[in-house]
Amino acid sequence: MPEKISISRYSGRRRKNVVATVLALVATAIGMGWLVLILGALLWKGFSGLSVAVFTEMTPPPGSAGGLLNPIFGSLVLTILAVAIGTPIGILAGTYMAEYGRYDRLSTVVRFINDILLSAPSIVVGLFIYEVMVAPMGHFSGWAGGVALAVLVIPVVVRTTEDMLTLVPNALREAATSIGLPRSLSITRICYRAARAGMVTGVLLAVARISGETAPLLFTSLNNQFWSTDLNAPISSLPVVIFQFALSPYKDWQSLAWTGALIITLAVLALSITARALVPSGKQS
Amino acid sequence: MALSDQMSVPAQALARTRALDRLRLGDNVFRHLTRTAAIGVLLLLSGVIISLIDGSIPAFRTFGFGFLTSERWNPVTDNFGALPAIYGTIVTSFIAMLIAVPIGLMIAFFLTELCPPWLRRPIGIAIELLAGIPSIIYGIWGLFIFAPFLQATLEPFLINTLGNVPGIAPLFAGPPYGIGMLTSGLILAIMVLPFVTSITRDVFEAVPGVLKEAAYGLGCTTWEVVRNVTLPYARVGVIGGVMLGLGRALGETMAVTFVIGNAHRISASILAPGTTISATIANEFTEAVGDLYTSSLIALGLLLFVITFIVLAIARYMLMRIERRIG
Repeated sequence: MPEKISISRYSGRRRKNVVATVLALVATAIGMGWLVLILGALLWKGFSGLSVAVFTEMTPPPGSAGGLLNPIFGSLVLTILAVAIGTPIGILAGTYMAEYGRYDRLSTVVRFINDILLSAPSIVVGLFIYEVMVAPMGHFSGWAGGVALAVLVIPVVVRTTEDMLTLVPNALREAATSIGLPRSLSITRICYRAARAGMVTGVLLAVARISGETAPLLFTSLNNQFWSTDLNAPISSLPVVIFQFALSPYKDWQSLAWTGALIITLAVLALSITARALVPSGKQS
Repeated sequence: MALSDQMSVPAQALARTRALDRLRLGDNVFRHLTRTAAIGVLLLLSGVIISLIDGSIPAFRTFGFGFLTSERWNPVTDNFGALPAIYGTIVTSFIAMLIAVPIGLMIAFFLTELCPPWLRRPIGIAIELLAGIPSIIYGIWGLFIFAPFLQATLEPFLINTLGNVPGIAPLFAGPPYGIGMLTSGLILAIMVLPFVTSITRDVFEAVPGVLKEAAYGLGCTTWEVVRNVTLPYARVGVIGGVMLGLGRALGETMAVTFVIGNAHRISASILAPGTTISATIANEFTEAVGDLYTSSLIALGLLLFVITFIVLAIARYMLMRIERRIG
C-alpha cells in the first residue's frame, strides 16, 4: 500500500522537523542563559562590595579596606585620551572612503585592512605600542596606554563613519553643490549633520569596546598603586587592577575585583544600549 | 550693501577671487587631510607588522625555524620554543568552534524561521550584548564560577564516561583541575557565539523569500527549507562568519589567561592546563628579563598576528563575496 509508506515517511520528516525545532529552542535558551548567568554572577558578587568607599578611596594594600578611585580615574583619562586621538583620525579616514574615494582602489584596500584591524588581537596592539613608544621612551606611561587604546578606536570609528556617510542621500550633496558650497563645506556642514547620530554611535561603541580592554594596557600604561595624574608615568586602570586583584590570593582584593568588573560591565552595557537607541532602527553595524 | 558701494569694481573682483581662493585652499587641505588619514590606517597595519618583525629578529636569529617546533620554554637557560603555545591556541579555538558553530547556527535558524517577530529584536540585542561584555569579565567569571563548577560536574563526568572509551580515552585522562584547555575552549565558545550568530542571522535573512516559499510550496518542512535552501544559499556568508569568530577565538587574551593554567607543555588530555600564545604574552611580558626572552614573546605575537590575519582575511573575502551577490 503506497499511501501507508508515504504517510510513514511524512511522519518521519515531521519528527525530524520537531527535533530540529526543539534543538533551536534549546540553543537559544543556552545563549540567553549564559548572558543571564554571567550578569547574575556579576550583580551577586559585585553588589556586595559596592559602597561609597569604592569611589572615594585608593586601591588598598592587601588586608586593608580601600576603593578603586585611582583606577577609575586612570581609566577615564586613558579613554578620553584614546577618543581624543582616535576619533579625528577615524572620522577623516571614513570621510575619505565615503565622500572622495568611494569607489577607488585606496578605499577598497583601506576598507579591507580596517575590517581586519577591527578584529585583530588587541594584545598585538599592546606589543606594537611597547615597541614604538615604551621601549624608546624607556618607561611605561599613560601616553602609551592612551595611544594603544586609540589604535583600537580608529577602526570602529572609520567603519561607522563610512557606513553612516554612505547612507546620506546624494540629493543632499547635489543641493549643497548647486548653491555653490565647496566640497569640504558640503561634507562638514551638510553630510556630517545628516549622519551625526550614527557617527556619535560609532564613538560610543568605540568607547564601549576600549573601556574593558586589558591586554593592550598590560605593558603600556602598566599599573600604579597610588594616585597619579602624570601621563608620563605608569597609570592605574580598572581592567588591569581587576586582572591583578582577581588573580591575587587575598579575599578583599578579589572582592574589589568583582566590584570593578560590575562597574565596567554596567558602563559598557549602558554605552551599547545608548548607542543602539541612537541609531534609527534597522541599520546597525 | 555698504561694502560694495565703497569698493571699486576691480577691488570687488579681487575680494571675490581671494574668497574663492581661500575656499579652494580649504577644500584641498580637507581633501588631503582625509586622504592622509585613510593612508594612515594602512600605515598603522604596516607599522604593527614591521615593529613585530623588528622585535622578533633576535629570537628567530637564535633559534631559527626550530622556534616553531621546539617544546622547551625555559627562561632560566634562555631557551624558547613556541610549540606548546601554538598547540594550546589551536586546541582551545577548535573546542570553541566545535561548540559555538552548531549553537550559533541553531539560534540563527530560530531567529529567522521560528521566532515570533516581536521577540526577534530583544533576543538579537541580548545576543549582541554578550558580544559587548569585555573579555576580562568572562575571565573573572570563568575563574571563580565556571571553573569550579566544571571541576565538580562536567569534568568528573567526562573522565568517568568518555575517559573509558578506547581510542579517545587519553583526551579525557587525568584529574579534573577545573582550569585547563577544555574550560578555556568553553569560555571562548561563549565569547564567539554572538559573532557567529549575528552574521549567520544576517545572511539567513538575506536569502530571497521566493526561494524559501518555493520550497514550502513543494511541501518541505521548516527544517528541510533551512537545511536544503537557506544553508546552501548562505554558505559562503556562514563560513565567513565562522572564520570571523575563529579569528576572535585565536587572538582572545584575557578570558583565556585566567583559566588556561599557564603550563608550557603539550598534554594529550584536554582537561590538563596548557597555554596559548596570547596568554603567554599577557602573563610573562612585563616580567621578561633579557632581550632574548622579550624577543621570543614578541615573536609569539608576530606568529599570532600572522595566523589571525590570514583567518580574518579569508573571513572578509567570503563576506565580501556574499555581499556582492546579495547586492
